[in-house]
Amino acid sequence: MNFELKDKTETEKQLLNEPIIKITDMHKWYGDFHVLKGINLEVRKKERIIICGPSGSGKSTMIRCINRLEEHQRGEIIVDGTKLTNDIKNIDKIRAEVGMVFQHFNLFPHLTILENLTLGPTWVRKTSKKEAEETAMYYLEKVHIAEQAQKYPGQISGGQQQRVAIARSLCMSPKIMLFDEPTSALDPEMIKEVLDVMIELAREGMTMIVVSHEMAFARSVAHRVLFMNSGQILEENSPEEFFNNPQHERTKLFLDQILH
Amino acid sequence: MEESQYIEELRPPLTSGGIIGWVKLNLFNGVFNSILTISTICLLWKVIPPLVQWTFIDSIWNSTAAQCKAADGACWSIIPSNIRFIMFGFYPYESQWRPLLAMILFAILIIFSRNRNHWKKSLGYAWIAGVFFMGLLLRGGVLGLTSVESSQWGGLPLTLILSVFGMVAAYPLGIVLSLGRRSQLPVIKSFCIVYIELIRGVPLISVLFMSSFMFPLFLPEGVAIDKILRAQVAIILFFAAYIAEAVRGGLQAVSQGQYEGADSLGLNYYQKMRLVILPQALRIVIPPTVNILITAFKDTSLVVIIALYDVLMSTKTVLSNPQWMGFSTEAYIFVALIYFAFCFPMSKYSQRLEKELDTTR
Repeated sequence: MNFELKDKTETEKQLLNEPIIKITDMHKWYGDFHVLKGINLEVRKKERIIICGPSGSGKSTMIRCINRLEEHQRGEIIVDGTKLTNDIKNIDKIRAEVGMVFQHFNLFPHLTILENLTLGPTWVRKTSKKEAEETAMYYLEKVHIAEQAQKYPGQISGGQQQRVAIARSLCMSPKIMLFDEPTSALDPEMIKEVLDVMIELAREGMTMIVVSHEMAFARSVAHRVLFMNSGQILEENSPEEFFNNPQHERTKLFLDQILH
Repeated sequence: MEESQYIEELRPPLTSGGIIGWVKLNLFNGVFNSILTISTICLLWKVIPPLVQWTFIDSIWNSTAAQCKAADGACWSIIPSNIRFIMFGFYPYESQWRPLLAMILFAILIIFSRNRNHWKKSLGYAWIAGVFFMGLLLRGGVLGLTSVESSQWGGLPLTLILSVFGMVAAYPLGIVLSLGRRSQLPVIKSFCIVYIELIRGVPLISVLFMSSFMFPLFLPEGVAIDKILRAQVAIILFFAAYIAEAVRGGLQAVSQGQYEGADSLGLNYYQKMRLVILPQALRIVIPPTVNILITAFKDTSLVVIIALYDVLMSTKTVLSNPQWMGFSTEAYIFVALIYFAFCFPMSKYSQRLEKELDTTR
């Protein structure tokens, strides 16, 4: 696959902004198991970060901590100026600003595509039904799926479902988008249609954190590639450096495995 | 390669061999099945003709009790002769049109509510008005209707009141209990667990007993709560515990991803449950829930134990009349048919609802 993103250098200039996400020495345990061991990460507005690494390395757990689907036990996470604590009000507020796309889509099967998209805006943002539907149709157009608006998620393909899931997040006009292995559950034929939508999103300057093993995608879209191994960020570099000149043995081994 | 695109689409092979083929395939495929088929036919041959003879051919449909005693077949006369007492119990004879009208009103509302397209706010108001009007009819005391104490209510209206209010109130209460049982807050959680396990651990009869005989002892002097209301509350509290457990199964069956999907949109707990989780969970548990509701409907007959005259008790009373003694089979068959007439449509309707709510097809 070959992707192009011409405005990459231009957005790079804007990376000098204040960080929109700031993670400092974050630790997490599942019972006695130390999953995340001191994560430090700053993400700036409009920055696009790809996280890769072997399974069980804590990639998903880390991005799930950002909208508190998982709770961290030590350290600090600040998202858009708000510190993540147990305060439910804060959590719901942050979740509304941070869109998330899951490996298994997690669309609501009892609602139509359109209802899936309008649910968040009408109940969380309190926008009128008409306005929410207009926004929904705008984003459905954008992910090239408007004609399916009245169908149920169970009636469309996996690739289409994932594009709907992206549109659902976008309807909340989030400041940050998190993608948790968005193409891993898809048939090979459908991966491109989802990646195309994500590239489109990148082009518009969305702040994105993507857990993915789509290396061609990473190469063309990412500002930074993070390599995680056993709960730590082992390596962090620009895509060119990361792929052409990996520093750690573990990274080299991993890249050998997935690039064949 | 080129040719493979033009393979003709074939129809599936025919499997039928006419009636004989079907019989061979389904009734006589093997020695064991053949023996089973033949013995079943023999059994039916023994049972069906006498049953038909008793039920229809030799039966008497409209006669006095004396004529019945002489007959060989079923004495269905017991039903028309006592229908008003079976249906309405000790409700004053000249006012029995009132519960009848109330039941007709109820039937109309039920039939209208079957269609999901009618589920709007206006239907809710219609139900509230309907229930109010039905209560007015039963109780009287205004608009020139004579007042009828609830101690005189009986028969089918009482069965319907106890079961319908029981089901309608137990269902939401059960949902709240099941959510409470999964709550993060220890106090709420343990209260719900204790409640559910306690109620499930005792028979309905004992709960009815307590509500009827023990509960009044704790009330201050001069305060009396209506007996039917106490039985009603007991039934609601009892079946809520069962519904709670059925719903809990549904909540567990909804995948974690659905909870996370709702969370990631920023929906709060109540929105998440109401809009995302419960609609799915409740659909999943339609079969066990309807099972409980049907059980609840039939178990209201246990109120005989606290001397309420529901439709089963009023039938028993008819049978204790010396004139009609000995025709219990006929009377009980009739009551059984009444129960069936309510329970079977409930079951059928739940199946329809399950299909309609299935969004995967």
